[in-house]
Amino acid sequence: MKKLTCLGLSIVMALSLLAGCGSNTTTSDDGQNNAGGASNTASTSENKQPDLSGVVNTNGSTSMESVVKILGEAFHEANPEVEVKYSGSGSGAGVTSAIDGTADLGLASRELTAEEQEQGAVAHVVALDGVAIVVNPENGVEELTVEQIAQIFTGEITNWKELGGEDMEIAVYGREAGSGTRGAFEEILDIEDATKYLNEYSSTGDVIGNVASNPAAIGYASLSAVGDTVKAVKVDGVECSEATVQDGSYAIQRPFIMITKDGTQLSQVAQAFLDFAMSEDAAQLIIQAGAVPPVA
Amino acid sequence: MEEANIMPQTALEVCRNEKCRGKGLSMGRKIYDRGLRGLVWLCAGLTCTLLVFLIGYIFYRGLPNLSLEFLTTQESLLKGTMGILPAIQNTLYVVGVTLVIALPLGVGAAVYLTEYASNRRLVTTIEFATETLSGIPSILYALVGYLAFSKTLGLGYSLLAASLTLAMMNLPTIIRTTQESLKTVPQGYREGALGLGSGKWHMIRTIVLPGSIDGIVTGCILSVGRIVGESAVLLYVGGMDGTMNNFFASLDKFAHSSGATLTVQLYVFAKERAMMDPAFAVAVVLLVLTFLINLAAKVVGKRLRQR
Amino acid sequence: MKRAQKINPLEAGMHGLFFLCGFVAVAFVLVITVYLVISGLPAIREIGPVNFLLGTTWDSKNKTNPQYGILPFILTSIYGTAGAIVVGVPIGFLTAVFLAKVAPPKVAAVIRPAVDLLAGIPSVVYGMVGMVVLLPAIRELFQLRAGDTLLAAILVLAVMILPSIISVSETALRSVPREYEEASLALGATEIETYFRVTVPAAKSGVAAAVVLGVGRAIGEAMAIMMVAGNAPNMPGLFKSVKFLTTAVASEMSYASDGTLHKMALFSIGLVLFIFIMMINVVLNAILKGEKE
Repeated sequence: MKKLTCLGLSIVMALSLLAGCGSNTTTSDDGQNNAGGASNTASTSENKQPDLSGVVNTNGSTSMESVVKILGEAFHEANPEVEVKYSGSGSGAGVTSAIDGTADLGLASRELTAEEQEQGAVAHVVALDGVAIVVNPENGVEELTVEQIAQIFTGEITNWKELGGEDMEIAVYGREAGSGTRGAFEEILDIEDATKYLNEYSSTGDVIGNVASNPAAIGYASLSAVGDTVKAVKVDGVECSEATVQDGSYAIQRPFIMITKDGTQLSQVAQAFLDFAMSEDAAQLIIQAGAVPPVA
Repeated sequence: MEEANIMPQTALEVCRNEKCRGKGLSMGRKIYDRGLRGLVWLCAGLTCTLLVFLIGYIFYRGLPNLSLEFLTTQESLLKGTMGILPAIQNTLYVVGVTLVIALPLGVGAAVYLTEYASNRRLVTTIEFATETLSGIPSILYALVGYLAFSKTLGLGYSLLAASLTLAMMNLPTIIRTTQESLKTVPQGYREGALGLGSGKWHMIRTIVLPGSIDGIVTGCILSVGRIVGESAVLLYVGGMDGTMNNFFASLDKFAHSSGATLTVQLYVFAKERAMMDPAFAVAVVLLVLTFLINLAAKVVGKRLRQR
Repeated sequence: MKRAQKINPLEAGMHGLFFLCGFVAVAFVLVITVYLVISGLPAIREIGPVNFLLGTTWDSKNKTNPQYGILPFILTSIYGTAGAIVVGVPIGFLTAVFLAKVAPPKVAAVIRPAVDLLAGIPSVVYGMVGMVVLLPAIRELFQLRAGDTLLAAILVLAVMILPSIISVSETALRSVPREYEEASLALGATEIETYFRVTVPAAKSGVAAAVVLGVGRAIGEAMAIMMVAGNAPNMPGLFKSVKFLTTAVASEMSYASDGTLHKMALFSIGLVLFIFIMMINVVLNAILKGEKE
């Protein structure tokens, strides 16, 4: 029996260690009272609201990772008792989880479809983003037309030499069917249901990682996630950058949206975070994350 | 075999010590013998090479990226730093909550099976159910966990829902190991206690359970190993966030917090974000944990066998 | 229990409590079965069992004409598992012979815990090493456009089932009575002849159990192969990007919208997988029972 008590005690100790871990990161311990009074949280998040406490689960677009994380981190700094959680599972999942309530806020890197709106999904645009067409840095091709891109992704052009590059078969990489980047990309190029992918990856980073390791590859990814490992080609002579997305000259762009469900009351913290993300305070952070704020 | 002066005891040793091994065999038998022996050594060598390569490669890629800061902070995009403390914290939470749920259930079930159950058919049913549970792959647990806990119970993406799912998954392990060690408690102890007028529950509490504590601990360790190594359930039910949780601040946070454990964090780094350096560093942490868990299981297992 | 005892409320309560615990396992299996069957059947009914199981095209997001045929997944799972068995079982089995019989005891004592370690390594770690090492190697070696192929998945699976095959076969080989071997050796057979002609046949049901266990593990694995198989719903081919039953569920479950045929079809895939696993369990139990007798 003693041993059993010991075991019990050690479990309790392990758990209290866990509690210790948790409270290290927060500054105050008395923030549990969810006062119902503070409802006017919009754009006042600069002022600390010590009585705001809870968890905001966000889920969806992997392209929005850096935007949501940076917003979440800043919001957490302003409201230490609020934790903003991000899970990247693709835009389709983001819409689904907002509708079925498994996440507080859904995330999608495309417009909502009519069908989704019928199911009650409501979009809140937080940023704009370009879909960069990425190739391996070793690839000599620097520029493509929208037409050529469509032909590559529908399998009409299959070798880089047809585009002035080396004699290599093109490895066409895309995203999984639920991806917002894929949805936006195919819709803008009007090649829905006609694409022929060699491989389909489940996240933005996965596409970039695989393009970076394969000299013959082409793929598409969020501008905010493009780094030095891959090269974004010019589309119709326009470079993919924050400036060209903002002035609309870069052709392949889409919004980043947060999704709520019509008729469902958001939790107080989720509402506060959504208001913060839409506020002007967030604009600087969105730029820092590599995307373009919608109001400028 | 080092000491040739000792008289061989068995036919096997005679065979191994025979100086003229292979002499007098026909050509065909010689080829058979040598060929298979070579093949056996080759395969064993292959397994070892594989193992050494795996571990060596992971340490080679991972160790340079491992630092105290990496283990004790959380990732910050504002500051541009990297850390996996939240993943460690989430792993501890999941292990703790899963065991708190599965342990009493598992031990209780094992006690029922060995001490109480008198209906043969019921025992067979329960044992069949246990075997079925242990054969179901984790992706199906993820599916059912999502349906049952995230949706039906309304827990959403949360580590609590993931822990409940993992409790289902680990029940068979705990039942089996506890049952095995309950069987090692001598029947005479039970009869003695009952004969002295002790009630059944009193007998179980004072004689049977203390005597089988090693088996229960082994079950726990094996479960911990399985939980630490699990990824599908945690990814699809538990979420993949990488920031600190404050589980015990309120009931809402306890039930509602989502996040990545170490394996999920590794998956997110490697697959979702194409960041191989931190991914390998997490792999090193996981390897060391696996090693420690195996070691602990071995030590407890040895104590169990000594009895 | 035979004699009527004085009913003590505490005793009765504890009896009830323990019974409940025992029943929980049964309840869990029922919950799992009921959830999978209830959520899995509607799509099969709507698509038609023949179209669903034997359809060769899976195009779930096609807006005009979505197709839900899972034959590619079923065949990929079967080919992948068979491939892993073909590669993994001989190596694992011969390693088990080595550990149980041939190896000097000191060598075996070093390798055995190492094999246990191999068994404990999380599957995502295998997937990641496969991604980083195997994929570029396969691409270079076979001059492919991409290394994410069925072949990569087979190799990763083969490594993953190795530890369970080794440990189960080793246990089986060790449990063969020593006298059998002694007799064979005394009759003039060599050591190796004895192991392969006497010990192995005597341990065959144990070895069979190891193989079936390996099949179960390979067919149920999701995360590791999701990282190396490419995940395009092609009919299987060694150098093609493929989707398994498990990875089809894993990669599409989160984004399929609720209530759509797509989501329900994924649950149906789960149900098909569940049936596969149950069949394997039945075979495994039969083998183990046969061994006991």
